[in-house]
Amino acid sequence: MTVYLPIAELSVNIFIILGMGAAVGFLSGMFGVGGGFLITPLLIFYNIPPVVAVATGANQVVASSISGAITHFRRGTLDMKLGCVLLVGGLAGATAGVWVFSWLRRVGQLDLFISILYVVLLSTIGALMLQESLRALRRARNKEQLPLKRPGQHNWVHRLPLKMRFKKSKIYLSAIPVVALGFGIGVLTSIMGVGGGFIMVPAMIYLLRIPTSVVVGTSLFQIIFVTAYTTMVQAATNYSVDIVLATILMVAGVIGAQYGVRVGQKLRGEQLRALLALLVLAVGIRLAIGLIVTPEEIYSVAVGGLSY
Amino acid sequence: MRRLLRTLLLVPLLGFAAPALAQVPMGEASTVKEGLEIGTSTSEIAIASDFRGADLTIFGALTNADELFLAIGQYDVVVTLEGPRDYATVRRKERVFGIWMNTESMTFEQVPESYSLASTRQIDSIDEAPSLNNIGVGIAHMPLNPVGYISDSGSIREFRDAYRRLKLANGLYQRDTSGVQFVSSSLFRASLKLPANIPDGIHMVRAYLFKGGQLIAQRELPLRVVKTGIEQAITDAAHERPFAYGFLCVLIAVVTGWGASLLFRKD
Repeated sequence: MTVYLPIAELSVNIFIILGMGAAVGFLSGMFGVGGGFLITPLLIFYNIPPVVAVATGANQVVASSISGAITHFRRGTLDMKLGCVLLVGGLAGATAGVWVFSWLRRVGQLDLFISILYVVLLSTIGALMLQESLRALRRARNKEQLPLKRPGQHNWVHRLPLKMRFKKSKIYLSAIPVVALGFGIGVLTSIMGVGGGFIMVPAMIYLLRIPTSVVVGTSLFQIIFVTAYTTMVQAATNYSVDIVLATILMVAGVIGAQYGVRVGQKLRGEQLRALLALLVLAVGIRLAIGLIVTPEEIYSVAVGGLSY
Repeated sequence: MRRLLRTLLLVPLLGFAAPALAQVPMGEASTVKEGLEIGTSTSEIAIASDFRGADLTIFGALTNADELFLAIGQYDVVVTLEGPRDYATVRRKERVFGIWMNTESMTFEQVPESYSLASTRQIDSIDEAPSLNNIGVGIAHMPLNPVGYISDSGSIREFRDAYRRLKLANGLYQRDTSGVQFVSSSLFRASLKLPANIPDGIHMVRAYLFKGGQLIAQRELPLRVVKTGIEQAITDAAHERPFAYGFLCVLIAVVTGWGASLLFRKD
């Protein structure tokens, strides 16, 4: 059964899109990630124009992150003040990102830029995760004790000015790195269609030394608003959010996520992370191959500034 | 769809056939110039979202045709359907540090987004290339003028060729060199192919009459292509009310995400 995507301007098999959404939803539930960094490349592999894939990916992240955000809000495991400071940077970053996105699209380099960013990001994250999970697996086998880390240790980040007190996190921290982190994630959201949790969470834990108890909730808080904002701005400037595609992905995604969560609870963390790392690496390598292999057609036509 | 279009367009044209038959006697030199008439019963075509392409049939008639020339097939008719015009940018990829990226580009002025041609025979055997270029009829002969000054004429040719090849490949440009057929001595029928991805807007039906390789008459008619259906409504909404559209997208995401968490909650 085919369905016509009005913004992507092509007909697709609805079951492939449903399967894609469900699979990514399942993985995002299992690993506790938003799934934007998987859905966008998958859509590109399925010949959805990258412009549409990115904007629709951001929209899909809203749906996959909202239930988690609500849960954390109810339990109070989020630092509202910290979230708002992150959000200030995030909204500014998303605005700048959409501006860069439109400019790249005008000069015909958008598709390339998205691919390169994905290759760099996925291979770095994938390699780091794989390394970390393999180390954890080895440790588990040798029954070693985890070296105790002191979260109170200070680094260069804590010597920056403009300090603010975040009561909930019990931390006294400069606003500069928080806003900068939010800004960077905002740029990634608008250019890559990701929530950015897979960067934000480690950065908050290791760089800003924010207690793990509030990290996930706070990052989800920021992700919800930045992805929602990006969806609006992409819709208004690039007309590239495909509501049909997004709806199919979201419905399949949230259902898949429910089952993913259940499976995830039964599996061991290190093995799970190693699997995710391999998956992330595979997607990155597939995109890298696409950049290097000689294309069948080296010319492309764009009408009135719109690329197809 | 195909049958519908044909019947729609056939009706008013039967009227043209009658005067066309009362012609100058055979062999006698005609003093009256030949004319060309075409017509459509509708100035608007509505295309539903499940449109997979169709044939558009246009009927036309020659007036004051010379019987002798008709008999030896010296009249040729070319009918084209030109889509709305816009700038088109062609980009070329090159390998830079091992990666394929767009390096050069060329923008052509106001070219039709879609172009469908039907003719009595190969248009290059109807007339010579320079004169076809002058008229701008035919995919190979339509004007493709680059924006700005480009000194390298070789690269202009490459980009033009690439443009035509890509447009033919995605079906937006089509040609049927036997698409025009005479149903009587002076009444002809042209079948134009409408591609599935035909753009909406004002299209132009143009008919050209050649006599012994000379363009002697030309007619044109506007034809509005309107897309209907839910998909088009969505496209319109996305472009005309982008904020409301974006808000709706976010709302759907919130409702879906929240709804699922309520639905699947175990307690």
